[in-house]
Amino acid sequence: MIKVTYVAHDGSRTDAEGELGDTVMSLAINQGIDGIIGECGGSMMCATCHCYVDEAWVGATGPRLDGEEDMLESAASEVNERSRLSCQIKLTEEMDGLVVHLPEEQV
Amino acid sequence: MSFSQATLIEGHKPISPASGIPAWDIDPYDVEILKDPNAYYAELRALGEVVYIPRYSILTVGRFETTRKVFSDHENFLSSRGVGLNDFKLEDPWRPPSIILEVDQPDHTRTRKVMSRALSPKVAKGFADLFHETADALVDRLLGQGSIEAVADLAEAFPTTVFPKAVGMKDVNPRYLVDYGAMVFNAVGPDNQLRRDAMSHAGEIVPWINAACARDRLTKDGLGALVYASADDGTLSEDEAGMLVRSFLSAGVDTTVTGIGNALWCLSQNPDQWDALKRDPSLIRATFEEVLRYTSPVHTFGRTAGQATEIAGFPVEEGTKVTCVLGAANMDPDKWGDPEKFRIDRKPVGHIAFGAGIHGCVGQNIARAELEAVLGALIKKVDRIEPAGDAVWRPSNAIRALDKLPINLIPN
Repeated sequence: MIKVTYVAHDGSRTDAEGELGDTVMSLAINQGIDGIIGECGGSMMCATCHCYVDEAWVGATGPRLDGEEDMLESAASEVNERSRLSCQIKLTEEMDGLVVHLPEEQV
Repeated sequence: MSFSQATLIEGHKPISPASGIPAWDIDPYDVEILKDPNAYYAELRALGEVVYIPRYSILTVGRFETTRKVFSDHENFLSSRGVGLNDFKLEDPWRPPSIILEVDQPDHTRTRKVMSRALSPKVAKGFADLFHETADALVDRLLGQGSIEAVADLAEAFPTTVFPKAVGMKDVNPRYLVDYGAMVFNAVGPDNQLRRDAMSHAGEIVPWINAACARDRLTKDGLGALVYASADDGTLSEDEAGMLVRSFLSAGVDTTVTGIGNALWCLSQNPDQWDALKRDPSLIRATFEEVLRYTSPVHTFGRTAGQATEIAGFPVEEGTKVTCVLGAANMDPDKWGDPEKFRIDRKPVGHIAFGAGIHGCVGQNIARAELEAVLGALIKKVDRIEPAGDAVWRPSNAIRALDKLPINLIPN
């Protein structure tokens, strides 16, 4: 299992355990974590699964994927260099312990 | 290896299914099944992870996880050989293949990017005023009429009013727009009466559609112009831009007509859910997601195995057509618990009514914006939606749409 910690905008932390191949978005949905909507289900057609990867984990999660940049332009909250669409972060062994921060709003 | 026309079945190579795959002697495109598919969906799921349909020599999947997996596995299950029963590698399709729907990576990435930019959530938000004003005016007019036939009066009237404006079309013919969609979607089924009837209009409609998508027939400020801008910067050729504009019309009208009609059907059949939505309008978008899950406007789309591969452990030979029954997956109790209940608080994230993966519906933001406007106008102005006769379904090889929906809109 791969542990992921979601830090809400108010600072509250929720831990979840996912499997290889889950995405940070799908894990959040399955665990009922507020703050990630994932309206399009992972087709990279909305920007409602926006998250900020914690600085310590930027290396493990890697760069944005092709097309992600375009969709982030539609994000409801501020986009910074650590912004990702969480549907595009597929869990790997190296991500065990991953911390992501959630934006104030997704729509 | 090559195949003469005579050896093909519905334009594809016949297969010998791997042992262990159950065979099911059924015609999934029988009009009675298309009108009322839930028993077929249930039987398909019950039979196994993957089922062989001898009549068309295809494999079919309907359980949620397997369907999602096959439908989104663009490496093994190709779109470029057609998303219907015809294999474009073996037989020419009725129109040039779509350069976004019927194409694989890497070519797909280029056109998909143009379209996902043109149809982003931000762009969809830009249409909110147009959509809301049009929906408000339309509902006001209908409220004066007493009972309405909601398919023609509302479900068709709204998209055929706003969508050509959004695209920036100077030429508008609502009937052609709806019938073009019917043609495109029926064409993914077998060569049956539905397909032949829909295609009988092709000679008249296709030239009109192609002409209406030309650069000089579009305004400078619509979605069409956004696509043509990609021809100006060299991302697309002029012809390709025209083809992508055409795909707005093939994929964007009939589908949203169906979404609106199906939403009205769900809400007229489930007055407690209508009341719940009236009480909490913040559930508008969640309501539409549940309509999508519950009715799967696109009920079946196919893929072609590009190489020898497998489904749920069963070997699948190259060239196999696999139909993915999205409607069955969205009603799978293993995934949804109580799928036969229409519940607006379900929030069914992950349903595959818009597909999944890189080919997921590129117009979904516009569809959601349209539905948000229509449902928003209704909950503001309408107290109750009451059936005023039996709903009649319009069978299609790929779309689950209503033909007639008589209802009364009781004003506040």
